Amino acid sequence: MASIRCFLRSGKSAVSVVLRREFSKTSPAAVQVNVRDALNQAMDEELERDERVFLLGEEVAQYDGAYKVSRGLWKKYGDKRIIDTPITEMGFAGIAVGAAFAGLRPICEFMTWNFSMQAIDQVINSAAKTYYMSAGAQPVPIVFRGPNGSSAGVAAQHSQCFAAWYGHCPGLKVISPWSAEDARGLLKAAIRDNNPVVFLENELMYGVPFDLSEEVMHKDFVLPIGKAKVERQGTHITLVSHSRCVGFCLDAAAVLAKEGVECEVSVVL
Amino acid sequence: MQKMLTIISNVLRGSASRNGAQVVSEAASMVASSRSYADFTPEASFDIKKVDLYRLEEGPPLTATLTREEGLKYYRTMQTIRRMELKADQLYKQKIIRGFCHLYDGQEACAVGIEGGITLSDHLITAYRAHGYTLTRGGTVREIMAELTGRRGGIAKGKGGSMHMYTKNFYGGNGIVGAQVPLGAGVALACKYLGNDQLCVSLYGDGAANQGQIFETYNMSSLWKLPIIFICENNQYGMGTSVERSSASTEYYKRGDYIPGLRVDGMDVLCVREATKFAADHCRSGKGPILMELQTYRYHGHSMSDPGVSYRTREEIQEVRSKSDPISMLKDRMLSNNMASIEELKEIDIAVRKEIEDAAQFATTDPEPPLDDLCSHIFANDQPFEVRGATPWTKLTSTS
Repeated sequence: MASIRCFLRSGKSAVSVVLRREFSKTSPAAVQVNVRDALNQAMDEELERDERVFLLGEEVAQYDGAYKVSRGLWKKYGDKRIIDTPITEMGFAGIAVGAAFAGLRPICEFMTWNFSMQAIDQVINSAAKTYYMSAGAQPVPIVFRGPNGSSAGVAAQHSQCFAAWYGHCPGLKVISPWSAEDARGLLKAAIRDNNPVVFLENELMYGVPFDLSEEVMHKDFVLPIGKAKVERQGTHITLVSHSRCVGFCLDAAAVLAKEGVECEVSVVL
Repeated sequence: MQKMLTIISNVLRGSASRNGAQVVSEAASMVASSRSYADFTPEASFDIKKVDLYRLEEGPPLTATLTREEGLKYYRTMQTIRRMELKADQLYKQKIIRGFCHLYDGQEACAVGIEGGITLSDHLITAYRAHGYTLTRGGTVREIMAELTGRRGGIAKGKGGSMHMYTKNFYGGNGIVGAQVPLGAGVALACKYLGNDQLCVSLYGDGAANQGQIFETYNMSSLWKLPIIFICENNQYGMGTSVERSSASTEYYKRGDYIPGLRVDGMDVLCVREATKFAADHCRSGKGPILMELQTYRYHGHSMSDPGVSYRTREEIQEVRSKSDPISMLKDRMLSNNMASIEELKEIDIAVRKEIEDAAQFATTDPEPPLDDLCSHIFANDQPFEVRGATPWTKLTSTS
């Protein structure tokens, strides 16, 4: 309890959060949570916290989510806040952005980020650029999320990574987390952020479990967007990565450690 | 008979002001107008063109009532839009306005009529031919013109330009053809979600009417019964392509398939107003979307770089100007029904001209935005951060 109070009091200070995050894996593990559940809980808590938050996308409601990330949310919140859309990305992404214009806080799910190309004009020209073109009159508090990048044997059309594409657009915050803790903290931060956020998940990470401490499980646990994190301390070389490949870097570091090379693994989120 | 009475009363009024010439001219006009309140018809009914209906049993009424105040207001607003657009044309040719400039003259009855059928607490979104709507939605001529010239006094502080002007409940001004329609449906979704009995008017042109995302929006708005009025401003040309050359079906009011539609004379402000009122009632009663096609015409080319005569004839433009001009139509109606005097309307013209001149003066002399503004407003509610400038060693600060 005291640690949570401490965390909340100094929560806004980036330094203490970074320090805390570096050691988060060594604090007492409360639960094992996989990335899918971490995302699910994050959305659930934010839906509860703010009436204006809602989720729309293909199969998010009655199907419980194409990858089950939104499982249980429709049962809990109903048709008004969890909306199944037809297979019309450009249309529903535009509707999501328009809803953000008018004061709601939509979470727009793309079944995979590959399909976002159908709607990329709405993400960039309607969402990312509007705050700038209106000189601050029209903020766009929207989160676009979904699985990105490699999957297992789904062929080229379903395996593209969009981090570089979206990362180059001013006005967009692009997040690509690896661990369940990062996924949870950053999704919550993204939903609370008043800017358009592109949240790149990874399908193969959904089932991977991580240990989450009590303070990470707190309903107000948010991570600062735009801060990198050191997953593994090292002195000889730095490996930098994001999303699923962080796991490979850690594996590589373990192999090299046997040969006496200490790798620092840095995650750019 | 009516015309005789008008002529006689005008002559009488003329002789009265000759006597009043000894008095200060202001006092004379005050005397003249105080006398005119008793003279003028306060309200009149006009027959308006029948509206073509699609999937509707009944349409808007065949007559519209216009009060003197409304008439003067519509006249003044349309005249302001007209003169503002012509001034923008002038400033563009002097290279004081640069970039894109899509002018609205000829289509004034659409913007003014639509606003007459909704309230300022309703929402509206349109495409790039947006100056008229920025005005009807609460912008001032000053801030619109200063935005066109890219100055800090502009409605978007000089950072949006012609196509990106915003006011309360007005979401621009959108550069990508067709993208504004799903955005409008999103605004309508928010209206329904928040339960505030408001609606959203989502406009697009005949060129945009073939966009796939518009059909996607028709589907979702109907499915979810969103309070949205789709309005197609059919000015016969999408840039240089006539409707016959772009669309397999030019009956745009029927293109919504399962959505009821109306085809309206967009050059008659009363027609547009009555149709908008009808459509707004339809939406507010929870019946879902409705589609209006406004048949209108633009006098200028597509934009300032288009003379507008390579794909249509000067005769055609001249014919519309002489037979269907929206401002002339309203003026004739008011004069022939003794709802206003020629002098009064002339006074309005002079006042409008002055307003435009003052605005143009401001727009030409106001300073440009400061260099720091180049990188500000990238993110909302964020701490200021550094952004790389035009060279790797120059840094600018971005503020929210």
